Amino acid sequence: MMFVFLLTDIFFYIIIFTLGLYIFYVRKTKDILETWKHVFRSRTGIISIVVLSFFLIIAILDSIHIKERTYNEQTKSFSYEAEIKSVLDIILLPTYENTEKSYSSPFSSNLYSKETVIIEKNIEKRVYPKLLYKGNHNKYSSENVTNISITFIVSLLKYILIFTIFYVFFYFRIIFRSKNNIFNPLKENKVFFTTLSVMILLSIFLYELSLQYYVLGTDKVGVDVLYKSIKSIRTGILIGTLTTIVMLPFAIFLGIFAGYIGGFVDDIIQYVYTTLNSIPSVLLIASAILMLQVYMANNPLNFENIYERADLRLFFLCMILGLTSWTGLCRLLRGESMKLKEVEYVQASKTFGLSKFSIIVRHIMPNIMHIVIITIVLDFSALVLAEAVLSYVNIGVDPTTYSWGNMINAARLEMSKEPIVWWSLFSAFTFMFILVLFANLFSDVVRDAFDPRTSKNYE
Amino acid sequence: MINYILKRILYAIPILIGVNLLTFTLFFVVNSPDEVARLHLGNKRVTQEQIQSWNEQRGYNFPLFINESEKGLNKIKKTIFYEKSIKLFYFDFGISDSGRDIKYDIKQRMWPSLAIALPSLLVGLMINITFALFFVFFRSTKVDYIGVIFCVALMSISSLFYIIGGQYLISKLLQLVPISGYSQGVDAIKFLILPVLISVIYGIGSGTRWYRSLFLEEIEKDYVKTAKSKGLSEVSVLFNHVFKNALIPILTGVVVILPLLFLGSLIVESFFGIPGLGSYTIDAIQSQDFAIVRAMVFLGTILYILGLILTDISYTLVDPRVRLK
Repeated sequence: MMFVFLLTDIFFYIIIFTLGLYIFYVRKTKDILETWKHVFRSRTGIISIVVLSFFLIIAILDSIHIKERTYNEQTKSFSYEAEIKSVLDIILLPTYENTEKSYSSPFSSNLYSKETVIIEKNIEKRVYPKLLYKGNHNKYSSENVTNISITFIVSLLKYILIFTIFYVFFYFRIIFRSKNNIFNPLKENKVFFTTLSVMILLSIFLYELSLQYYVLGTDKVGVDVLYKSIKSIRTGILIGTLTTIVMLPFAIFLGIFAGYIGGFVDDIIQYVYTTLNSIPSVLLIASAILMLQVYMANNPLNFENIYERADLRLFFLCMILGLTSWTGLCRLLRGESMKLKEVEYVQASKTFGLSKFSIIVRHIMPNIMHIVIITIVLDFSALVLAEAVLSYVNIGVDPTTYSWGNMINAARLEMSKEPIVWWSLFSAFTFMFILVLFANLFSDVVRDAFDPRTSKNYE
Repeated sequence: MINYILKRILYAIPILIGVNLLTFTLFFVVNSPDEVARLHLGNKRVTQEQIQSWNEQRGYNFPLFINESEKGLNKIKKTIFYEKSIKLFYFDFGISDSGRDIKYDIKQRMWPSLAIALPSLLVGLMINITFALFFVFFRSTKVDYIGVIFCVALMSISSLFYIIGGQYLISKLLQLVPISGYSQGVDAIKFLILPVLISVIYGIGSGTRWYRSLFLEEIEKDYVKTAKSKGLSEVSVLFNHVFKNALIPILTGVVVILPLLFLGSLIVESFFGIPGLGSYTIDAIQSQDFAIVRAMVFLGTILYILGLILTDISYTLVDPRVRLK
């Protein structure tokens, strides 16, 4: 076994690391801690945090890639497989390792279309062939409803076991030991535990079910749609986070520079972002991606491995999306730093002879952070949705990457089949909807907590 | 006033030059014309002659900036930069890579785009404002809370879902309108209803929320308190004071996107087979017709800047407090 670090993996680790640093920083800083506690206390806030954490954990598991080592009989030596797997793949392996022949609907035990089967000599019959691996090998009962109910009860028992262990831990305050903890409000929070319980139970139940059924059917080449949808989570989250992280340094430094230093620097920075902002973003993204495609087509040698190729394209997509979207944040930050420049405490530190650099770091930066945080969470959901549209126009992620956009794009033609194959579309839209919905709800709560302008009266 | 407009137009020129340089860099410097030609001709076994003739047909057979083989002004004129970038400034979009006149195509295709975008905008505006006023009237009650949650849910659904779902439900199951297509004159209405409807529904979530927050911001101001304390009813305050004052940001927000309506919506047009500029762009992207994409980038920028100028002008027209300098 060997760890493989794809480019996006490394950046994703950086994001997680930054998140960790931020949590550490928040725990030290009293007023920001209070603001976050406000988010944790809100019912919508806590529910969306739990759900988003689940998505995030899946994305993290899917970002740890390994290569298996195999023993070659002929050369009598070990060699690494070309295929790259993630930890998530290994966990889910029993649910997706076999593929069927073609379409099958959710919970079905037959293929979706009839095939001619030779029963005896010269007698042909058109039947729905049985699925090879799932659906007709029910564990507990041949009746679907009974089997599903028993599976649910089994998952419930497993969940209770997990919960008991967790509760014992909790009881001894191993997790929630320290007093001034960001998790403190969670202790008495019933909503938190209910959501967590539902999510864990749902995960166990889905896992148990997909050992026996194709819960969301199979696609054209017989791959489990549920597996595809889960694999797409990483792509969605990466596009939502990596893009903002890529643009963040640009936006923050240029915004503060323009606002605080002003003059000639301000003019240039304003010119740059007005110019970029004037181009309709879809067209700018399209142009950049098209040129990337030409470059990749003409230099195939640099992108030999299909994984690296797909990964690089995902990374460039994030870069390009980031470069087109930093302008809005930059403008906001410029305005805010211009305002802060005139504020008394900044003027005072100037008279005391603080250097520009330390004024920016000590006084300007902490006071614009709320804008940065609001923008990050607000942009996230828009970016996840944008991925689907871009993939539809063929300027999104690589066709071999698992993504909801690619699923929708592939399933579009299936709508014209009779009877229609609806489950691929359904799964992609549902997963996307859940992620975006909770991201939106979360961003609302965060904005309410961080934005000094929002009035708490009407919310 | 005229001075101000002239100033704004002059200010637009450096931006257009910037955009022009950026697209030029993207399309001709990152990949040379030869590489683009190779891609179009199929990667393998392409001879240099084929690339030459492909470039010649489309006018890419010049040096990038300075043509040494020509004399006088032609040294600059017979270059890709002049032919493909400078000419955009006098709206000479040239021919597409498939040999069509881009300017003619744009003129033809902007009207169908407008036929969808304008009704969608107007109907959407009316519906969103109505909903927003309704929620604001019932602010801090269950109605408002549920309404906002509903808006968030609507916002969280992919635009593709509205289109695919709407097409399936209304065109395929109920067979009320044709699935896709377009025709001239009054006949076009039956092709336009569904795309307009879908665009409106797609916009309800974010639109209503946006207008709701505008109204709420307005409702906290002092003059509203005055109006209430002198005994005006809630309804009259809402319509005569809050709504009227909130119209300023609403109006200017609409004006800025008016010119961009010509560009149309990329996916709606392409799903419904409307021969507008949106589907034109998508087709160009999918067939990798870079000449059209370049032209559309430039056109989009011009329309965007035009929108900004119109916004500034409309501010002075509706808000007497704003003076142009």
